[in-house]
Amino acid sequence: MADLSVNFAGIKSPNPFWLASGPLTNTGYQVSKAFDEGWGGAVWKTVGEPVINVSSRLASIDYGERRMMGLNNIELISDRSVEDNLKEIAEVKRRFPHHAVIVSMMFESNPKLWADMVKQVEDTGADGIELNFGCPHGMSERGMGSVIGQVPEYAEQITRYATEGSSIPVIVKLTPNVTDVRMPGRAAVAGGANALSLINTINSVMGVDIDSWMPIPQVDGRGSHGGYCGPAVKPIALHMVSSLYNDRRIRVPICGIGGIETWRDVVEFMLLGSQAVQVCTAAMHYGFRMVRELTEGLNDYLNRRGIAQVSQIVGGAANRVGDWNDLRLSYSFQVVAKIHEEKCIGCNLCYIACEDGAHQCIDRIPGQKNPVVRAEDCVGCNLCSLVCPVPDCIEMLPVDHGVSETWRQRQERLSSLS
Amino acid sequence: MAIELHQDSRFQEVVPPLSPKEAMEEANRCYYCYDAPCIKACPTGIDIPVFIRQIATGDLEASARTILDANILGATCARICPTEALCEGGCVRNEDSRPVSIGRLQRVATDHARTANVPDLPPLPVRGRGRVSVVGAGPAGLGAAAVLCRMGYHVDIYDEKDEGGGLDTFGIVSYREPIAVSLWEVSLVKKMGATFHFGVRIGRDLEWTQLRSQSDAVIVAVGLGRVPRLEIPGEDLPGVWDALDLVEATKTQPLDDISLGKRVVVVGAGNTAVDAATCANRLGAEEVTVLYRRGQDAMPAYQYEYVFAKQDGVIYRWWTVPVEILGHGRVEALRCLRTRAAEGKETDRRATLEVIPDSEFIMPVDAVIRAIGQEKPLNLWEAIGAQTQNNRVVVDPETFETSVRGVYAIGDCLAKPGEATVVGAVADGKQAAWAIHRQLAKVV
Ligand SMILES: Cc1cc2nc3c(=O)[nH]c(=O)nc-3n(C[C@H](O)[C@H](O)[C@H](O)COP(=O)(O)OP(=O)(O)OC[C@H]3O[C@@H](n4cnc5c(N)ncnc54)[C@H](O)[C@@H]3O)c2cc1C
Ligand SMILES: Cc1cc2nc3c(=O)[nH]c(=O)nc-3n(C[C@H](O)[C@H](O)[C@H](O)COP(=O)(O)O)c2cc1C
Ligand code: SF4
Ligand code: SF4
Ligand code: SF4
Repeated sequence: MADLSVNFAGIKSPNPFWLASGPLTNTGYQVSKAFDEGWGGAVWKTVGEPVINVSSRLASIDYGERRMMGLNNIELISDRSVEDNLKEIAEVKRRFPHHAVIVSMMFESNPKLWADMVKQVEDTGADGIELNFGCPHGMSERGMGSVIGQVPEYAEQITRYATEGSSIPVIVKLTPNVTDVRMPGRAAVAGGANALSLINTINSVMGVDIDSWMPIPQVDGRGSHGGYCGPAVKPIALHMVSSLYNDRRIRVPICGIGGIETWRDVVEFMLLGSQAVQVCTAAMHYGFRMVRELTEGLNDYLNRRGIAQVSQIVGGAANRVGDWNDLRLSYSFQVVAKIHEEKCIGCNLCYIACEDGAHQCIDRIPGQKNPVVRAEDCVGCNLCSLVCPVPDCIEMLPVDHGVSETWRQRQERLSSLS
Repeated sequence: MAIELHQDSRFQEVVPPLSPKEAMEEANRCYYCYDAPCIKACPTGIDIPVFIRQIATGDLEASARTILDANILGATCARICPTEALCEGGCVRNEDSRPVSIGRLQRVATDHARTANVPDLPPLPVRGRGRVSVVGAGPAGLGAAAVLCRMGYHVDIYDEKDEGGGLDTFGIVSYREPIAVSLWEVSLVKKMGATFHFGVRIGRDLEWTQLRSQSDAVIVAVGLGRVPRLEIPGEDLPGVWDALDLVEATKTQPLDDISLGKRVVVVGAGNTAVDAATCANRLGAEEVTVLYRRGQDAMPAYQYEYVFAKQDGVIYRWWTVPVEILGHGRVEALRCLRTRAAEGKETDRRATLEVIPDSEFIMPVDAVIRAIGQEKPLNLWEAIGAQTQNNRVVVDPETFETSVRGVYAIGDCLAKPGEATVVGAVADGKQAAWAIHRQLAKVV
């Protein structure tokens, strides 16, 4: 049995699986049930001046037969009073002293109010605070949420309000609705953040009903932009996690969020630098019980690889992600598609994809089931292997052209010549 | 409509329609292959990946249009095509999973077209002028007529029956294809402008020469005839049936008017025998036995037809021939002999047979159903003056033109070796229609 426990910026948790702040963590009942079912931590639904919500609030994009590939919400922060929330947080913490209870907070930019609220949160026994700088709808229009996360100066300022009086770790949750997430990340660290978590939801319009011409979701005939999350956002989150992890000016733990559904996703987030992860959409979709597959899957994975402690994989692949300019150019290194004819079922999808959408280097041979790649013309874009429905049927074989040169090296070489 | 529809739960369609959810799931299993092998395996070349994608994207109307554009009998074919030998047999997903259920998806789309009010098929992009007569309103004739009408030809269709559809209407058991489906297809061709002349048998009610002289081209699509006689004593006793008459009776008469009795024997082991046997079972027979003079490996029926018969509890007696039907005033028993292959392999359908000495036995039976193929329309070829070879009319393989200029023959009446299918008949019809257009566009 691998050791899955984590110590995240001083917050101890029996495993790296936390529920993200949202509808799953609205009440003490829910968080207790989640802990009973195996979640290691939970970030409470953002506590703040109670809001009034609208109905409906959610919409999803489906893909093929899978529901909720992406989810969008126009829900605001907690609509319950601060007192009720804090009371239940204290109760949960008493019942689950070894689980991680983190309180997500969002308040106006008033240092006194922050000092007071931080104190009250600490009094519950909570293990940490998460600052919600991410909510992209509603709260942002009231000067909170993503408008803070989008302006590094504000982010630093509010972080400082929270960290100054806090004896427990403060995590800053970043919004992805920025051009370069490192800027607000650095600002939060400058403001004293003990850790960063990301991503919050991405601004989006979910859709339009083509019969009624109503936006989706709609509230009595009107819609609004809302926050996008779920499996579809994972690549965006992975990019942002790795860019923070690889930033020399950010040396605090990172909690990865965004599209996590399986233990494989967890491993990927950790390999790119997450010490712990948070899950929202997937658990809203399938319920708390899904943590069992996360736990067993991660444990088996670590055991198979002989890794004793989960933290040993954190960042393991991060240093391989970097600038395009440091990639070897195609005259230096390339891959070439190879069709394994014994696996080919003859759908010709690779052919038409390369013919119309790539470089016209797959030929069909009359009377032969499998198409053939003209290796000398293949640029190694991968498209054919991506469209092929048969696993491992199209292999991308590496070809090393001997010279090793990246764009950066090429520029250096050319400038040294002149 | 001239015939009355008889709805009886015993003859309810056995294969249920896909639910909308099932249809979506199945449609999403299709890879949307490029130059898809399934299209090549469909004799009418329906653009299968396109019609399936149209289902997956929620456009059933377009899906039906894609199907019917290529095959006006798409609704019948969705139900009775031997798909595992055709489109589904060609599906690439045989190799990585199970084939996409093309037939059942085709049914989803064509059922929609049949029950919702969808626009007519558009005319074809070529225009033709002239009068074409079609003899036989079965699948082959309808397939040809639809294309010719959409080109603008004046089309007259003659059929001796009082409804169109040929065997689809009168010969396909209702639990495979409800009669309403076939009649709807006939109505499509009517709407396209074809004039139907029912109750007219060419050669009896209208002379061949007259028909020929009043048409720019004639298509002969008369199908095959009755089931041949067994040529054994006792064959005229009440209780001896032609399988096609039996099926037709189940489709056009109240079932309670048909009395077969408790013990029924079907002679022959092709697909028609399966239909006759399963009809007998649904009509209340307690013991239905199929007699075949060869072994199981030589059985002409498709495997899935055989399985269907077995599920109905039909008994198969291989290597058995009937030699006499016994009875006083009606069928009471069948005298049979056992056979074996004299020469050649037991699995070979052409191996010569011999009777096993002293193998005679008598089976008590109440009805005997002949299901040993269909007669060829030899008299007609003679009247037309069309050249034949081995009792088969000779046609140009590209155009289906007979040796008589302007006279074309398509469908079952060609008696091509191999299994006759509705989809094959429609494909012949399309091909002949285009050949006629090429010909007439030059002349007229
Ligand atoms: C019992 C049975 C089950 C079958 N099951 C299947 C199946 O599951 N799947 C499949 O694909 N195929 C099946 N078939 C085969 C299929 O029905 C035929 O291949 C198809 O009907 C051939 O079409 P056709 O138009 O050539 O002939 P037919 O359908 O036979 O139509 C010929 C038409 O011509 C008319 N006619 C004949 N002579 C004259 C005349 N002198 N004047 C005017 N009209 C005339 C007839 O009344 C008839 O309407 C089955 C056949 C039988 C007998
Ligand atoms: C309905 C809904 C409500 C949410 N409410 C909050 C919130 O109150 N505070 C917060 O920080 N994030 C909130 N989020 C964002 C999630 O915590 C999480 O960052 C995001 O959904 C990405 O993770 P996922 O892809 O696993 O869902 C909410 C998400 C959803 C779907
Ligand atoms: S890798 Fe790209 S260029 Fe090469 S064969 Fe595949 S699709 Fe064509
Ligand atoms: S996509 Fe794959 S299975 Fe399809 S033809 Fe190409 S190699 Fe074969
Ligand atoms: S071969 Fe199968 S998977 Fe490919 S297009 Fe046809 S039905 Fe779809």
